[in-house]
Amino acid sequence: MNITETRTAAASQPRQGSFIKAVSAVVWKDLQAEFRSRELFSAMLVFSLLIILIFNFALELDVKTRQSVTSGVLWATFAFAGTLGLNRSMAIEKDRGCMDGLLLAPVDRSAIYFGKVISNLMFMLIVEVIVLPVYSVLYSINLFQPGLLLVILLGSIGYAGVGTLLSAMSVQTRTRDILLPILLFPVVIPVILSAVKASGGYLEGLPFEEILSPLSLLIAYDIIFIAVAFMVFDNVVEE
Amino acid sequence: MQSKPLTLTILDVLSIIVLGISTYLALFFAPTERVMGEVQRVFYFHIGTAWTALMGFILAAVFSVAYLVTKNLKWDRYQVAAIEVSLVFFFLTIVLGSIWARPVWNTWWTWDPRLTTAAVTELIYIAYFMLRQGIDDPERRARFGAVYALIGGLSAPITFFAIRLFRTIHPVVIGGANPEAEGGFAMTADMRVAFFFALFAFTVIFVDLYWNRIRLGELQDEVEQLKLKVTM
Repeated sequence: MNITETRTAAASQPRQGSFIKAVSAVVWKDLQAEFRSRELFSAMLVFSLLIILIFNFALELDVKTRQSVTSGVLWATFAFAGTLGLNRSMAIEKDRGCMDGLLLAPVDRSAIYFGKVISNLMFMLIVEVIVLPVYSVLYSINLFQPGLLLVILLGSIGYAGVGTLLSAMSVQTRTRDILLPILLFPVVIPVILSAVKASGGYLEGLPFEEILSPLSLLIAYDIIFIAVAFMVFDNVVEE
Repeated sequence: MQSKPLTLTILDVLSIIVLGISTYLALFFAPTERVMGEVQRVFYFHIGTAWTALMGFILAAVFSVAYLVTKNLKWDRYQVAAIEVSLVFFFLTIVLGSIWARPVWNTWWTWDPRLTTAAVTELIYIAYFMLRQGIDDPERRARFGAVYALIGGLSAPITFFAIRLFRTIHPVVIGGANPEAEGGFAMTADMRVAFFFALFAFTVIFVDLYWNRIRLGELQDEVEQLKLKVTM
């Protein structure tokens, strides 16, 4: 038995427990850093409120138009605020040399990927959880429907899954600050599209059969892209 | 430096000839369509460019996997060449389609699945080149390019299906009919000749441009290496 075989044999044994541990360590690190600085979260939150404000004037959100455009406004807000968060969360890793430290850790690289996805997802969800009641109050629409929350969760998973992979690439380029939305938006269109459709369906109270197809598309997208990102993440962080 | 292969030179000449013949067939040989009139002749080149561009994009996704598995820079050169040529061909498809749509659909553009997907696909591959431009290290550029082309190549068909949840007015001339389509028609025998020749002609032209572009990529690499040697 040569060295590599011994190593893989040794590494594969305690793998399951240590993988989850590694993922949660990355998540915990991000949350703790964020809890101390609150840079990312406050920027995302204020930015999303500003976007809603701009939409308010751009679309003249009166009672009639509100009904039909609410889901679109919400998803545009989440998408724009999301890039802000993704960019920042990867830039921090790159700037202070944290990424190199993470890569040196004796854990599977995909654990780093999943850790970053989960922490990015959590930031998005926290912002969304605050934006929703604010929007509900401002426009007197009840957005707290279980179906709508499910759509928001599924959409955010897909968005964070692809976004984390792409932001890991974009921070390593010369044009890093402007590149992420350009890379991310065209490939994330299926998410936005089906999420807008499904949320609109729930808000209009359509029967479940009509919401099923965008909903299943969202699930399919999440599974396909997280699987692919998981497979190729090694190539993105390799030095 | 290796000289230009003879086969490629022959292919260059052949491309010009088939383009000429295809133009003749499309503009003069094929009969004028009864309802749409002369503007329907755009169709032959529209399909010719669309077909080759799509083949190029599919090839690019295959090269992504090939590169990520083997890490051989050859696949990266093939991928860049395929995407670059396809990007131009697909742009032509969109422009030709718009010219046809203006009189037939009474609009230059509509947010139909095919049209939207075409626009999104163009944007994905433009982003691909912007990504590559920001990276100096050729090995990393190839890796990131391959990853992005793979993600993009998967996302484009999903976008198409996603938008298909809405209705479409794009006609389906080959295989299957869409009852809500506007501007569909049945092809006569002469039209079919022009159609299949256009497919053939654009395939030849695509292969020719593609080959030339790969050669250009190889020469670029050579120049880069020579430059490195001089500075060292």
